[in-house]
Amino acid sequence: MGYQNIFTQIQVKGPLEPGIPLPQGDFPRVGEPTSNYWLGKFANAQIGPIYLGRLGVASLVCGFIAIEIIGLNMWASVGWDPIQFIRLMPWLALEPPGPEWGLRIPPLAQGGWWLMAGFFLTAAILLWWLRTYRRAIALGMGTHVAWAFASAIWLYLVLGFIRPILMGSWSEAVPFGIFPHLDWTAAFSIRYGNLFYNPFHALSIVFLYGSTLLFAMHGATILAVGRYGGERELEHITDRGTAAERAALFWRWTMGWNATFESIHRWAWWFAVLTTLTGGIGILLTGTVVDNWYLFAVQNSFAPAYPPTGVVDPATLPGAMQ
Amino acid sequence: MSNSAKAPLLLAAGFALPLLSACENPAGLQTEQLGFRGTGMEQVVNPRVQPRQAPIPQTLVLPAQEGEPLARDAYQNVQVLGDLPVSQFNALMTNITAWVSPAKPGDENSGCNYCHNPANMASEEKYTHAVARSMINMTRTINQDWQTHVKATGVTCWTCHRGMPVPANYWVEPAPQRSRGLLQGPTGQNMPRASVAWATLPYDPFTPYLAGAENIRVVSKEIHRSPGHVRSIQATEATYGLMMHMSDSLGVNCTYCHNSRNFGSWNTSREQRVGSWYAIRMVREANNSYVTPLAVKGVFPANRLGPNGDAFKINCATCHNGQPKPMGGISMIGDVPALAAHPPGYGATRAQMIGDRVKGALEAARERIEARRAAGEAGAPADAAPVPVASAAPPAAPAG
Repeated sequence: MGYQNIFTQIQVKGPLEPGIPLPQGDFPRVGEPTSNYWLGKFANAQIGPIYLGRLGVASLVCGFIAIEIIGLNMWASVGWDPIQFIRLMPWLALEPPGPEWGLRIPPLAQGGWWLMAGFFLTAAILLWWLRTYRRAIALGMGTHVAWAFASAIWLYLVLGFIRPILMGSWSEAVPFGIFPHLDWTAAFSIRYGNLFYNPFHALSIVFLYGSTLLFAMHGATILAVGRYGGERELEHITDRGTAAERAALFWRWTMGWNATFESIHRWAWWFAVLTTLTGGIGILLTGTVVDNWYLFAVQNSFAPAYPPTGVVDPATLPGAMQ
Repeated sequence: MSNSAKAPLLLAAGFALPLLSACENPAGLQTEQLGFRGTGMEQVVNPRVQPRQAPIPQTLVLPAQEGEPLARDAYQNVQVLGDLPVSQFNALMTNITAWVSPAKPGDENSGCNYCHNPANMASEEKYTHAVARSMINMTRTINQDWQTHVKATGVTCWTCHRGMPVPANYWVEPAPQRSRGLLQGPTGQNMPRASVAWATLPYDPFTPYLAGAENIRVVSKEIHRSPGHVRSIQATEATYGLMMHMSDSLGVNCTYCHNSRNFGSWNTSREQRVGSWYAIRMVREANNSYVTPLAVKGVFPANRLGPNGDAFKINCATCHNGQPKPMGGISMIGDVPALAAHPPGYGATRAQMIGDRVKGALEAARERIEARRAAGEAGAPADAAPVPVASAAPPAAPAG
């Protein structure tokens, strides 16, 4: 009955699992596996071993270089004061080149560091993607994790690489920084006439919120039928037991139909993948095709009409100053 | 019901009651609907954070006497207020003293002496004498030519000064940041500064817009990408910074003027946006015609100049002090008609001034922006196609 609670009350402890043998030529896994009682409270109690391999090491090196470039430039911007570096951290940024540079490569101090950090961060992310792909193959798994990750990378590349190139200016890209990237987002929406009227942005929000809803529904369902062995989902896919029957009946009673123990995972995967896939399309079209999403919504009759206030732009009045 | 079932219910009620009590609006927030329902155009007023205002001193009003001499005849060296009858001149001097430099016990330089040498009231030895002349001219220009912004309410010295020789809110150009060699140069943003309400936006929204006349508009009027509208994200952030200053200075949010679903559209905006549009140009003229020329002429002492040697200049907060209408909309101008307008004949002086000083000040501001850009500091909005400032002329000079 330990699985009835929303917190795991039992921990299964057995011999530590070293993993299946690695193919010839691969780096060995590193670290002696150990187990941690508190980790076992909310995850698998076993820690390690970890497989880094060539791709993992290369990715970590690239990521380290990117973080160093960003961090040192931020630190320099507060005159190398360690206290101010921590205190002002949320405000600090590494900014992309200014609009005057277009797609040319500026000096390091004027955006060159941003390009370099972007290159290394992108390299790190792509190498890590390849690693998730290769490790899945090595374990004889499908590559679903890698392709879901690829969808997130798509949005990242659109924001920082593909769209700036289509716009002909690195300055269209996002700064590295905590508050700066949020203020960038607000400015981006304002500049392009309110991103909420971008249908792909709307789709992305649907899938984002839908993902959280599905996650809650699925997690709750499985925990709720844990007392009938519902957490053994894979077995219920091929051999439906009372847990699956009860869970299915619950949703048919409450909302009229139900996903299956197998298809709910397709639902979740697609909702997550489509969040960044549609989001990326929305960003890609912004500025390259559509310059004002509000006017686009008016043209396509999905912006509600309100009575005009009758206010006139004073700059258009005869003899107006500018 | 068994006791074991009652306990959780009681516990739940115990948790729920404090939650419900929060619905009573203990802060006393007041909301006011300002636009069409459903558009979110509303103002929330929090009485706990309302700005405190100094009490307005009683304005001295003296009845004009029949046949009394004019100030220029009765006193020496009266250049700006010479056509006032002596009684009105003296009343105005008394009021200005109460508004700007009220006498403080033990401070010999307060009261009249803040601008005047008590031994020789006509003496120009104190720099404040020249400043006061320019400020009187500025006040008259605002009241006479900028009713598009100040309406019939008008302004007096008190509107900004509130009993202080230097108004509480003013701006100067930020000190130039030194470059950091190979590392990222100064960006003019990404620092918590009050000027942009602690956002990471470019923190000098004043030099480009309230001294220079950079283009504030960034939102496209075309659905699709057009070559005629190239406005960068950086330019947008600079405009955004100015808007944060305006919002913060007036104690209002975006929807006080805009319908935020389409910031650029005028026919869904409120009338207040028109007033702000004129305000930006009014402040620009006040800075470039009446404040900066004093600094250019070397009138101000060093402690009245910014790190770049520029004067303490006017922005929205200078008058508004955190209120949508300065002093809550109280009008004082009826008691001081001498400040309501220039005497006849001032127009020619002003046109001359606009021809020379304003252009000079605009060019100087432009040069400083360019210099900062060249130094890699993006304090001003840089654009792929910069808007030439030459076309952004100062307010149209009145004919004659």
